[in-house]
Amino acid sequence: MKSNKSTYLILISLLFIASCGSSTQEKDNTSKEPPKSMLKSEPATLEEAERDWKDNKGIGPVSGVELAAEIDQKMAEEGKAVYEAKCTACHKAEKQFIGPAPKGIMARRTPEWIMNMILNPEGMVAEDPIAKQLLIKFNGSPMANQNLTEQEARTVVEYFRTLN
Amino acid sequence: MNMYKNTLIIIAIGISMAITSCNNGGSKKSNAGALSGNVAERVYVAPGEHDEYYGFISGGFSGQLAVHGLPSGRLFKVIPVFSVDAEKGYGFNEETKPMLETSFGSIPWDDSHHPDLSQTNGEIDGRWCFLNANNTPRIARISLSTFETEEIIEIPNSAGNHSSAFVTENTEYVVAGTRFAVPVPQRDMPIEEYKGNFKGAVSFIKIDQETGNMNLEFQVLMPGFNYDLGHPGRGNSHGWFFFTTYNTEEANTLLEVNASQNDKDFIAAINWKKALEYVEQGKFQEMKTKYAHNVYDESTHAASSEMIKTVKVLDPSQLPGLVYFLPTPKSPHGCDVDPTGEYIVGAGKLAAALTVHSFTKMLEAIDGQKFDGEAYGIPILKYEDVVAGVVQNPGLGPLHTEFDGRGNAYTTFFISSEVVKWKLGTWEVVDRKPTYYSVGHLMIPGGNSRKPWGKYLVAMNKITKDRYLPTGPEMCQSAQLYDISGEKMELLLDFPTIGEPHYAAGAAADVIAPKSKKFYKLEENKHPYATKSEKDAKVVRDGNTVHVYMTMIRSHFAPDNIEGIKMGDRVYFHVTNLEQDFDVPHGISMIGANTSELLIMPGQTETFAWEPKGEGVWPFYCTDFCSALHQEMQGYVRVSAKGSDVPLKWTLDGE
Repeated sequence: MKSNKSTYLILISLLFIASCGSSTQEKDNTSKEPPKSMLKSEPATLEEAERDWKDNKGIGPVSGVELAAEIDQKMAEEGKAVYEAKCTACHKAEKQFIGPAPKGIMARRTPEWIMNMILNPEGMVAEDPIAKQLLIKFNGSPMANQNLTEQEARTVVEYFRTLN
Repeated sequence: MNMYKNTLIIIAIGISMAITSCNNGGSKKSNAGALSGNVAERVYVAPGEHDEYYGFISGGFSGQLAVHGLPSGRLFKVIPVFSVDAEKGYGFNEETKPMLETSFGSIPWDDSHHPDLSQTNGEIDGRWCFLNANNTPRIARISLSTFETEEIIEIPNSAGNHSSAFVTENTEYVVAGTRFAVPVPQRDMPIEEYKGNFKGAVSFIKIDQETGNMNLEFQVLMPGFNYDLGHPGRGNSHGWFFFTTYNTEEANTLLEVNASQNDKDFIAAINWKKALEYVEQGKFQEMKTKYAHNVYDESTHAASSEMIKTVKVLDPSQLPGLVYFLPTPKSPHGCDVDPTGEYIVGAGKLAAALTVHSFTKMLEAIDGQKFDGEAYGIPILKYEDVVAGVVQNPGLGPLHTEFDGRGNAYTTFFISSEVVKWKLGTWEVVDRKPTYYSVGHLMIPGGNSRKPWGKYLVAMNKITKDRYLPTGPEMCQSAQLYDISGEKMELLLDFPTIGEPHYAAGAAADVIAPKSKKFYKLEENKHPYATKSEKDAKVVRDGNTVHVYMTMIRSHFAPDNIEGIKMGDRVYFHVTNLEQDFDVPHGISMIGANTSELLIMPGQTETFAWEPKGEGVWPFYCTDFCSALHQEMQGYVRVSAKGSDVPLKWTLDGE
């Protein structure tokens, strides 16, 4: 009997709380929409994800890169220096290491995709179909964000053009 | 029975929430207890959101500085300052060992009391925090960009460095007074000859405005009283510094009784701009002494220690206009200056009233040469000539006062365990609230500057007793947060602190947070043993000393296999974190290493020394969970017999 009464009182007090609870819902920032990638069908393998690589510019700050017909050798040298300082702990030019080798990358990825992978690795492995598959292939080892500037990332692309 | 009780509590909370959650914007119930207001909401900082203020709370006998968020009370970081910290490698790694050097040798501990934040034009500017070491007198400077201790200077001729570390209103000086009077210079003499022979040194440390570097410019050799606390003048009183004194009796034993005989002690008013003139005129004595000056260089990630041999001292008995004494009842403790700089509050801890002096009246009395005798050649002003007002019967055991910038002062009372709010000018008590228990200092963010943020007050208590779940005989210490935005104070929150929360300094988050460093840039790393690229990783033998140039990145070391180490070697691991992103530290430790781990921030280099104790193959690993492959971040060192011909070899993945 006693406990029935108590339960009744709890319910009433909960009603009071609920009736005034609109402001707490506005503050709730955990209810984000699911990422877009969850809504469409996902490529199941890296090969599948890579199929339309030419149309994949990745996700991040870079949307358009113009590559001149000739490689800019000075820019490529700058890019090599940046790459050696910031990237070689995980990437070897010609050999798969912690991450993939950049040799031949220009025949697999768009320059925009490469720059976005460098500049926005967290967003890429969460959203981009190729980057997601790469994360799985490389045992969940995340691409580190080395905080390159956009210009530095651009020079790294120019260096990658020399790795055929 | 228990369930019934719980149910009742739930009902009570439910109903009270129901009532209060609907009265947003309604008038505040001033005297209501903590449960009847929307108190929880006012200290609640939702997941992912930030606090409005930083609170830098000294760790007392922990020797450190704790960084809390306010109003939540959440603890963000314990900055190691005067005590070693194995978690961060402070005082253990080769880079920070020099920070703890003193003229007495290396000391692993101290007692830190009074943090103070740098100011520009009397306002908190978010550059540095200064902190005193009480036991072996030192002042530290902590960067508010890196939140690391960057510099420690020892204070000679001082003992019990208590009235420290307080900054002048443009951070021209950090000032440090001595609690114990001592023989200056130290010498072998009978203790009972204290009176008239011991001295109290007050030190002025000049601050370089670019680098923050500290230089002990001069000391004023005061009579042998105890200099308890101090605060700078501001506004019109800028250029003066005020110190409370006790034991003007100059007792050397049973001070509990013998230092409480005089009806009044003094507040010492020091004209430091005048002192500078005397220093420029050469009217100082260059005294032989010895003190350590330790500086941490952010570009080399390493500290160095230097021993300095002389100090300039000024004798106030010979230098007119340098110091005046303001009589203040009964062993004044706190010495606090209001935001305008006009009022100097002396909290006579054994007095029944609170005395407030007027800076204007003090200057008039000095101009009129209205003195009431002298002490050791220092003029004593007349109490009636300098007192601005008295707060009558405010409570028992007044200690410290801070200000809200709206004409109110808040004083703590140790014996009656309360905070009392009173009005400057009318001296009337407006409100009082209990503290739990035995409050010492209080802190209002910016409360000792020209512009306090008068929204919250933190009371720091000496005794905790029953406020939290018991943890055996030793309890955590406790602070309490009050909302002071209304006419009446409201207790919002208890929160535990490290060590003793002796005193604190606070500032709005937007003064500090935007300048907080994210990581160290590799290209700016000038550590002599830095390895900035994996291809430069190597092992170099120099006799019995071996230097390992190692790198770390998610999630491997380079090299991770090392051979050719021999018994009797001393192996230095110089480890560079190659990450260049916010919040990706790595750690490292070696089995059997007689030291702490290293905890290395991105772009930083740190070093630990290892002396193998046996032949074999010994592992090391990353100690800070860094990635999904953290558990794979490990390596081996092969140790061979002394004289073995195993060649020195280092590899990663066979290369």
